[in-house]
Amino acid sequence: MTTQTSLSTQPSSSNGHPLLEVQGLTKEFGGLKAVNNFDISIYPGELVGLIGPNGAGKTTVFNLITGIYVATRGSIRFKGNQLVGLQPHEITRMGIARTFQNIRLFPTLTVLDNVRIAYHTHAGYSTFDAIVHNRHYQKAEKELTEKAQEFLSVFNLHTRQGEIAKNLPYGEQRRLEIARALAASPQLLLLDEPAAGMNPKEVVSLMDLIHFIRERFNLTILLIEHQMRVVMGICERITVMDFGEVIARGTPEEIQNNEKVIEAYLGRGAAALSQKLQEKRSHVAGS
Amino acid sequence: MKIDRQTLGFWIVLLGLIILVQVLVSLGILSPFWETLLKIGAVMSIVSLGLNLIYGFNGQFSLGQWGFYAIGAYAAADVTYRWTQMKNASGLMILLLVVLLVGVALYLVARLVSRLRGLDPLSAFALYIIGVLIAAYIGVQLGSLLINPVTQALSALPPNLSLQIVYLLAVLLGGFLAAEVSYLFGLPVLTLGSDYFGIATLGFTIIVKVLLDNSDTLLGFEEMKGARGMVGIPKVTSWLWVALFLVLVIIMLRNLLHSSHGRAIISVREDEIAAKAMGIDVGQQKTFAFVLGSFLAGLAGGLYAHINGFLHPNTFNFIKSFDPMIIVVFGGLGSISGTIMAAFTWALVLEGFLRILLPAGFETWRFVVYPLFLLVMMLLRPQGLFGGFEFPYLRQVLPKPYTPKTQEQLSLVHAVEEAPEGD
Repeated sequence: MTTQTSLSTQPSSSNGHPLLEVQGLTKEFGGLKAVNNFDISIYPGELVGLIGPNGAGKTTVFNLITGIYVATRGSIRFKGNQLVGLQPHEITRMGIARTFQNIRLFPTLTVLDNVRIAYHTHAGYSTFDAIVHNRHYQKAEKELTEKAQEFLSVFNLHTRQGEIAKNLPYGEQRRLEIARALAASPQLLLLDEPAAGMNPKEVVSLMDLIHFIRERFNLTILLIEHQMRVVMGICERITVMDFGEVIARGTPEEIQNNEKVIEAYLGRGAAALSQKLQEKRSHVAGS
Repeated sequence: MKIDRQTLGFWIVLLGLIILVQVLVSLGILSPFWETLLKIGAVMSIVSLGLNLIYGFNGQFSLGQWGFYAIGAYAAADVTYRWTQMKNASGLMILLLVVLLVGVALYLVARLVSRLRGLDPLSAFALYIIGVLIAAYIGVQLGSLLINPVTQALSALPPNLSLQIVYLLAVLLGGFLAAEVSYLFGLPVLTLGSDYFGIATLGFTIIVKVLLDNSDTLLGFEEMKGARGMVGIPKVTSWLWVALFLVLVIIMLRNLLHSSHGRAIISVREDEIAAKAMGIDVGQQKTFAFVLGSFLAGLAGGLYAHINGFLHPNTFNFIKSFDPMIIVVFGGLGSISGTIMAAFTWALVLEGFLRILLPAGFETWRFVVYPLFLLVMMLLRPQGLFGGFEFPYLRQVLPKPYTPKTQEQLSLVHAVEEAPEGD
């Protein structure tokens, strides 16, 4: 980890403490180091990309942050609180929500119920209230439902509220998953390959969507993505992983021209080729 | 509160049927044989509704339902037996105090464990066991002190009334006892994945059956008479009692499932990891569904014990623990209506109609006809008789389509544009 281009790149919007601070994060599965000594700091309001070839350990990092896996070593601090060792639902309640690489909706429930479940922690009535269906229940349930419907309307899904989630078209399932994650009212949103399997048209609207929710809900976003178009288009800072380790950090432009990144993605030969091309180009430009 | 037409229709039909059966019984048109079958149908409905909550709604494949049914049955039977045969309230008072104090102990230990972060599960379980044993011991001692005054107080009442009171308390206490045992049993076992959980709960049912076989010697309850079967339990369960309990259980489950807590239970079935990522405490939801389902099993057991006045450990054999499972799958996983209809069909067809329809001497062939029927059913309609269908009152009603009220809400609609056309 010596030749990282700009390890100290500070985001322009850095105001004080990072929202999420990961240090020396390591996860071993038996002898395999899926993630090794991973560091990242994310400041409030940022949109950070995490990229890398298949099997680089990106999703493992997400699973470690959200508590699905327990880290072998290292620390994850969110708003100053240690997350390692907490249960996934406790981490969600602290303000981290996520989507999944392979969509994980509640498949046989309605679109509305998918969002309403995310509100459960804020439901505000006890099991007893629920069983006797008293006034308190009715009021809270009505509020909850209206909030969920308002949410769906933002995502253009309100006309679909009674539809079974698994019957939705793919793009809408993705949107619903993001809506559901936001309904848990997070401060940090982790998006795991949100553009996977989308056609170019859907990708454009997804990028708009990500911009919109970030403004609207005051979010900080960490994003895993394969499509360079998305990553380069919307991320302010990018961290690149390969074989469980960070190989580069920087702005999209810096990453695009980083030899190690090109090598990781395309192999050594390709890196050399790209360098040749670049030399040629600069030569042409120079002459 | 406004009641819509369909809900009203549902209640009229349900209460009408209950009253009709009672009238027919009172007039002597419905023979005791058919009355018993109807009662068993209602009891099986309650057990199976409990299992549907655990398996159909929460997604935990459990074969332990029958064990909790047995616990409820024997506990309630012992209380009323001691009241009628031994003329004292010893069973009632001891069970009452044990259940109360164990409940308090479980609550306190649970709070203690949640405060001690990082306690490993085994030590936590040991804490629970110690707490429960101490509470149970104190419960027995305190209960014994209260036997005489309570016996005198209850004896002062008319005998029929006092019997009904003791019976009602016994049934409820049987349910609570089953719930507490299921909580303790669920602590280590609920962390298992679905199939492993199924085997573990099957083991529980077998243990309960073996303990009941030796209840007179090993457990020291001589009146239970071990493998010879317990006789002399008062036959107090009337059609109206079981119908009342069934209606209450239906309302409770329906209300629960139509709430945020119900949705949290269902989300565990749908996708455990997604549920966790939504902030739902999956372990807590599993425990709650399992304990409530077992409570219903215990309740049903208490009702069952007082139908025939006779209990035998063979009734609670593990083979029979598949009966509620069959009913739940047959009626449709996750359908309250389906479970109730299937339970009554099971009771009436298997023991009633098939007995009549099959020629004399061929009655035992009903255990060939019935599995064949199940086989055909599963091939033709794997989602069960009702699938996801529910009767009007039990059906989840979608809220009205969304209409934005404030200007701000209006501005948010379609805030996220669809992809531009012709890109």
